[in-house]
Formats: sequence, structure tokens, C-alpha cells
Amino acid sequence: MSGMPSPLSAITLILAAPAAVIPLSLAIARPRWAEYLNLAAALLVFVFGAPLPWRIHGRLVWGHGYLMIDPFGAWVTLCTAAVYLLASLYSIGYLRGMTGVRHILHRYYALFAAFGLTMLLAPLQNNPGLYWICVDLTTIVSAFLVGFQREPECIEAAWKYIVLVSAGLSLALLGTVLFYWGGTFTLGPAYAMTWQSLRAVAPHVAPPLLILSFLLVLIGFGTKVGLAPMHTWLPDAHSEGPAPISAMLSGALLNCAVLGLVRYLGVLEHAGLGAFPHMLLIVFGLFSLLVAALFITRQTGAKRLMAYSSVEHMGVVALGFGFGGPLGVAGALFHMLNHSLNKCLMFFGAGNMMHAYGSKDMRAMRRVGDYFPVTGTLWLAGAVAITGTPPFALFLSEFTILRAGFSTSQWWAALGLGVLLIVIFVGFLAHFRRMYYGAAPGHPPHGTVSIWQTAPMWLSLLPLLVLGLWPPHSLWTLFRHIALGIRVGGAP
Amino acid sequence: MLIFHLDPLVASWFSLLVIVALTLSFVMLGSHWLKNHIWAFAAESWVIAALSITVGAYGHYPQLYAIAGLTIVVRGLLLPRMLLRIVGDLSVEREIHSRLSAARSLVLGVALVLFSYEVAAHLGGQLGLADNIAVMALMAMFGLKLIGFLMMMLRTEAVSHILGLLLIENGIFLGSQILVPGMPLLLELVILFDLLLIVSTFGLLTRYLKTHVGSTSSRDLQRLVG
Repeated sequence: MSGMPSPLSAITLILAAPAAVIPLSLAIARPRWAEYLNLAAALLVFVFGAPLPWRIHGRLVWGHGYLMIDPFGAWVTLCTAAVYLLASLYSIGYLRGMTGVRHILHRYYALFAAFGLTMLLAPLQNNPGLYWICVDLTTIVSAFLVGFQREPECIEAAWKYIVLVSAGLSLALLGTVLFYWGGTFTLGPAYAMTWQSLRAVAPHVAPPLLILSFLLVLIGFGTKVGLAPMHTWLPDAHSEGPAPISAMLSGALLNCAVLGLVRYLGVLEHAGLGAFPHMLLIVFGLFSLLVAALFITRQTGAKRLMAYSSVEHMGVVALGFGFGGPLGVAGALFHMLNHSLNKCLMFFGAGNMMHAYGSKDMRAMRRVGDYFPVTGTLWLAGAVAITGTPPFALFLSEFTILRAGFSTSQWWAALGLGVLLIVIFVGFLAHFRRMYYGAAPGHPPHGTVSIWQTAPMWLSLLPLLVLGLWPPHSLWTLFRHIALGIRVGGAP
Repeated sequence: MLIFHLDPLVASWFSLLVIVALTLSFVMLGSHWLKNHIWAFAAESWVIAALSITVGAYGHYPQLYAIAGLTIVVRGLLLPRMLLRIVGDLSVEREIHSRLSAARSLVLGVALVLFSYEVAAHLGGQLGLADNIAVMALMAMFGLKLIGFLMMMLRTEAVSHILGLLLIENGIFLGSQILVPGMPLLLELVILFDLLLIVSTFGLLTRYLKTHVGSTSSRDLQRLVG
């Protein structure tokens, strides 16, 4: 690509842009300035971040060995960049429609950019300890965003979010320390803590120690990923924050935590202990799908429905990496991007409808398609897409993961995945049927939906359709390349 | 590695410090007064600093002196001060709604420490470290972790939840001083900074809870279910 700066300069720009927004937006303290500054940063991040997976061919280490990017990290960066841009666009329309927040908008955008920055930093960490810190920082920053509206429910959700996730992450910290300790038996008391060194030394570490460390890390980062039964903070945080924040939490943050899990999985694979962690991922993934299916069918809150759908899709991603092999990894990677785009669309639609109907309850939302033809149609298309219906891209990624599952001896898990996906399909779309074709509401909705609120929905849906109909060949080549890099083998 | 050639006297000193730290966590478990919890936490942090200094002197890790200094300043003085201020602002003096009586919590705590010892001894045996100080360190890590979780489960006050988390962090820090004294300095610094940040966040959120929800007890945080 001519005219593009080198990958390293591109990454520097990607980090500098949101970093600059934080002080600028606080210093200028004008809502319009903050909006556009953040949007400009998000655009810059997307323009330079989206091509990265195709520009990074191996591992690139810089910054005295503290920063590293590989194709997998670049892929997560692409997902984050896309969600950051879409949520920045949507924030403008969404927050202009809210009353009583105008005077604190500059703070919102400063926090928003800080949240984006921490999520962009996490995949670039070469040191697993610093990666843990980045994930912890995302929690602290986003807790304020979840509680931004200062309503009792929001504060309660923010509190539960930070307590539960910090408790979970403390397990991951213990796991990280134990991983490092395992290396000291071979490499001496003080060695550089990097993903590479942990992987290199893994074959010499006693297997029980490695397994225990992985278990701690899996429960720790699994809390952040939202795998059941550690998911209990997720429906609260995702449903009570402002809609653009929900999209960021679900579409971008979960992927950042998946990255850590997969890197640790690679460490165990290298030690020849892959079978057990693969099985753990499969079990946690399947259980997440089961819990999500139960709660989706009985749900009444619009955003809580989307939140449980996040639990479902993280379960699908965990199953993809759990089944492993080139097919499973490709399906999981593809699913990460598809889920990011689709979940943005769903939360944006839910946010618009909550504004219009003045309620979070789906029972109050009726005849959505009649009152809001554009938003309504986009939201419905999104609902069809997120349940894994063709011709959208989620069908392809879920189908790939199913194929991967049936090619291993864990066909029972693939069978379970198929059944639960059908249950969720029925349960999820039943809510939409009632919202679109139920009896007319007692209080017709008021207010209009601005172009700022529908444009990001278009921008999320169209790529899903294009990728579903015509997944470019270069994408599959890329997935194969990433799978080789992270060296995640297949389940037994 | 430090743990392989320890003088018996030094090993006993390490064991003593670990036991003192564990005992202090039982003070937190057994008392209902929040101020006692905070003082016990502060004392535990000083114990950890003492451990850092000994490990630094004995194992020739000069950077551990800096860590010990920071531990005293951050964990031993600053965090307790912040917590005392939170407690003062909220005017909650004691944990009233503990889900178990003090005696039962203590018994449960003992059971958890025994379990931790069992796990640590088993792991130590597998690594060929059965009689080593590493078993003590692992026991402290697991034990404080479980006691921290127990506190978070049994107690309803927001401040108790923060303290539970800090106890867990202390356990990890304590164990890692013995097991991985050479762990990169930068990481330890960043974790201390992170701790400060997280306690400030908690402080701010508890204030929001008080003003916007009207209570800082998890018994009253029941709006979001299902």
C-alpha cells in the first residue's frame, strides 16, 4: 500500500490519536469540540488500524521489548477500531438526544477515548503482566462510563461490574505470577517476562503447575470475556450503560480478553498439554450457550437481551478456539469480527428504541417497524443476522465452527452447539416478532431518530451482508496465517 | 533460585511473617468493626514490606528495597488512609449484616486455609519442593485469596468488598516476594499504581452509591436481576 506509513508509525498514530483526545476534550470543555475530536481520532484509528492484519506478517517487537504486534493482535485491533469508530459516530446522535448531560459531555468523550486507548493498548502488550494491567485499566475506565448516567441502576451495575471483574482478574494475576514462577526453574530467578519466553520455557515446566496456572487465568480472563458461570456482571453492565458504551463493552472489550486466553492456550499447547485446556474451553463455551439460551427466552429488557446474546457469542468463540485446528480458529476469528459489527448494530437499535418508547422493557416496544421504518428494518435485519441466519456473515462463521467441531472427536459438543443455536434463534426472534407485530402500544412512541443514529447501523449491517455473501479469499488466507502464528492446535 | 538455598533461620523468619500475615487476615474475618479491618490490612502490608526487605537483603535483590518502601507508603499508609476516609464519609462503622457469625466465619476461614495448605503441599510435592518454603508461599497466596473471597461473599458493606479485594492482592504480593523476587520491577510498580487507581475508583463509586442509591450495602443492590 503506497502512501501508508510503516506499520510502526501507523500504530503510534493509532495510540496517539485517542491519547490526545483525553486532555484536549477536558481542556476545551465544549461538547461539540469533544464530539468531533473523538470522531476524528476514531476515524484515524480505523484508517490506520483496519489494514494492519494484512500489513503485519510476523511478530514485530519494539519499545524496549515491551510492545509487540503479531497478526492476531492486529486482528483484535481491527475489531476494536471498527467498534470504536461506529460507537463514536453513534455517541453523537445518542447523547444529543439525552437531556441533562450536555454539561458533562466533554468528560464522557475523554473517558470514551481513554476506554478506546486502553483497549487498543491491550493487544500490543508483549509482557503478560502488562497485558493484565491493560485489561484491568479497561475495567476501571469503563466502570465510570457504565455509571455515567448516575441513575441508581447504573451505579449499581457499575459497582457490581468493577467488584466482580476485579475479583476475577485477581485470579488471572495469580495465574500470571505462577506462569512466571514456572519459568524461573529453568531460566533463573529474573528473566524477561514475555509471551515468547513463557511459551519457550513451557515444555520444561512441571505440568501440574502449568495446568493450575492456566485454570486460574481461564477463570480470571473468562470473567472478563463473560463466560458462564462468571458472566453475572455482564448483563448488568451491558444493559445499564449508555448504548454506545454497551457496544464498546460487548463488541470490543470482550475480544481483548479473548486474546489473552488464546495466547495462554498457545503456551500450554507448546508444552504438549493442549488437550485439557481445549476441553475446558469447550465446556465453558457450551455452558455459556446454555445459560444464554435460558435467559434469552425469558428476557424482558431490550439491552439485557443483547447482553445475554454476548454471553452466547463469546461461548461460540470459546468453542471455536476449543475445537481448534485451522478451521476452528478461522471460524472463531471470523466470528469475533462479525459479532463486533452485529452487536454494535443491535445495541444502537436498542438505544434508539429505548429513547423513542421511553422504556427499557421490550413489552413496551410494539409495532417498531410501523413507527420507525428505517431503524426498525435495520434492527430486524440485525436480529436475523445475529441468530446466525444466512446470508449474513455470522452464519458462515458459526457454520465453520460447527464443521470444525464435527471434524474432532468432540462431535457431541458440536451437536450441543447446533441445538442451542436453534433454541436461541427461536427465542431471540420471538421477542422481535412481538415487538414488530404485537398489538399497537397504549402510548405511541415519540421523537425522531437522527441520521447520526441510523448511519452507524447501516455501516454495521452492510459489511455483515457483504462478508456473508462474498467472504474474500484474502480473509481465509489471513486466518490460516494467524492460526499458524498462535499455534493453536485441534482438540483431541 | 532463592527458595532452593535458604538458611533455616531465614526460612523460619519467612514462615513467621507468612503466618503473621495469615493471622491478620483472621482479625479481618473475625471483627465486625470496619476500622479494625483497615488497621489489620495496614499491619499486613507492613509485614509484607518486612518480608521484601529480608528477601532483598538475603537474596541480593536491591530493587526490593524500593518495593518495600513503596509498599509501606502505598499499602501501609496511603490505602488505609483512603479507606478510613471512605468509612468516615459514609459513617458506617461496623459491618452489621454479615451473613455468618464471627465464630462461624473463623471456622470456615480455618477450613479454607487447611484446604490451601493441602493444595500447596500437593503442588509442592509434584514440583519436588515438599519441604520447601515455597509451600508456605503458595499456601499464603491461595489462603489469602480464599479468605478474601469469603469476606466478599459474607459481608454486605461496599468497604468490606474493597478490603476483600485488597486482601487478595496482598496475598499475591506476599507469595510472589518469596517465589519470584526477581519479577520485573516495572510490573510491581505498575501493580501498585493500579491498586491506588482502583481504590480511588471504589471510593468514588461508594460515594455515588451513597448519594444516588442511598445505601452502600449489597443487600440494597437488588434492582438488577435476571
